[in-house]
Amino acid sequence: MKYIDEFRDRALARRIADNIACEVDSSRSYAFMEFCGGHTHAIARYGVTDLLPDNVRMIHGPGCPVCVLPIGRIDMALHLALDRQVILCTYGDVMRVPASQGMSLIRAKARGADIRMVYSPSDALQIARANPGREVVFLAIGFETTTPPTALAILQAARVGLKNFSLLCCHVLTPAAIAHLLEAPQASQYGTVSIDGFVGPAHVSIVIGSRPYEGFANHHRKPVVIAGFEPLDVMQSILMLVRQVNTGRAEVENEFTRAVCRDGNRRAQDLTAQVLEVRDAFEWRGLGEVPKSALKVRSAYAGFDAERRFDLGYEAVADHKQCECGAILRGVKKPTDCKLFGSVCTPDNPMGSCMVSSEGSCAAHYSYGRFRDIAVVAA
Amino acid sequence: MCLALPARVVALRGADSALIDLGGVRKEVSIALVPEVQVGDYVIVHVGYAIGTLDVEEAEATLALFAALPAGITS
Repeated sequence: MKYIDEFRDRALARRIADNIACEVDSSRSYAFMEFCGGHTHAIARYGVTDLLPDNVRMIHGPGCPVCVLPIGRIDMALHLALDRQVILCTYGDVMRVPASQGMSLIRAKARGADIRMVYSPSDALQIARANPGREVVFLAIGFETTTPPTALAILQAARVGLKNFSLLCCHVLTPAAIAHLLEAPQASQYGTVSIDGFVGPAHVSIVIGSRPYEGFANHHRKPVVIAGFEPLDVMQSILMLVRQVNTGRAEVENEFTRAVCRDGNRRAQDLTAQVLEVRDAFEWRGLGEVPKSALKVRSAYAGFDAERRFDLGYEAVADHKQCECGAILRGVKKPTDCKLFGSVCTPDNPMGSCMVSSEGSCAAHYSYGRFRDIAVVAA
Repeated sequence: MCLALPARVVALRGADSALIDLGGVRKEVSIALVPEVQVGDYVIVHVGYAIGTLDVEEAEATLALFAALPAGITS
């Protein structure tokens, strides 16, 4: 497909790998965090790790909205579906996220709850129009990429006077999470990891632009290179990060110029701001409460806010005791450091959220990387 | 979750909507977030909405960058 296949070319990948090998300083090591799950998935799927020198390590960040969704938020959705008999619509990725007492949305669906997987917020709107006698709630998750479509759905619902549609808003903000990783690592029970630079978000940056990362480069002296989600994009961004580190620079650079500009999509930002506003704090799996890191429905659209409409409160619930998702989401541990990985916790039966989404570190490693850990022995 | 793919706009359908083609698959998506797009443009599609446009010249420039030879080596 045009503008996809070219960015997966094997010969060009080799060329970039040669460039990286030529330019790394063998007397030091490099640790870069790819914030996004989309990059984590690309690195695992295309074997990017195998093309990097041994002293360049990629640390998987918390940029997978399914992975960072805490149990308490899924419990709210389960309550609506099971006890309040709403039609609950959500993205397919959310269906198997483990919730309290061994429940998940897909298990609730098996018990008869009316839970529907949708591709788009407009599908949820359509379900609301088709079921005027039922309450329809859209459990909306995602980073800035996914937020503007949600905001448009609310605006459209308001325009046509839809009375049975509301939003359980779990949209989260990328810059707040990166800031949290940089500013409060010592406060974490999981320990810290040293990061030399960030591979910056691809599609999030189409919406918010490259400007929001400038503070990280300036104040924290960390290079950021915004990169597309194809494997060559990731490799080129690693080369650009190596160059910044080698020359002592800490700047925001943009590898994904074909889709990202400094200001982002202003129209998408404005429409989102009409409907949604920043929450004081939001709990992230792995990061805990992060100030000003998520969005909620503005009071002008209170009728479309499921939390107000159904008088829902949030209760934090602890993760599975042996699950290492928290440390993995901070980059402190690897999937294989977890006792549950690949034994009781698999993509078919995830115990922790990093095993749920294909973008989660654990699921990506399970699907594409786990055989790399096994030594090849001649028969 | 942030999965989005570049697709070519085949026809404008009025009321913030366009028909796109992605490797032969055609689908109607919302262009409410990028109302300026024209037939022939490439848009980045996510959950049924075009969230941005793809700059064809920048894409070619990036591909040329990938092909750069290692420092100090000339062909």
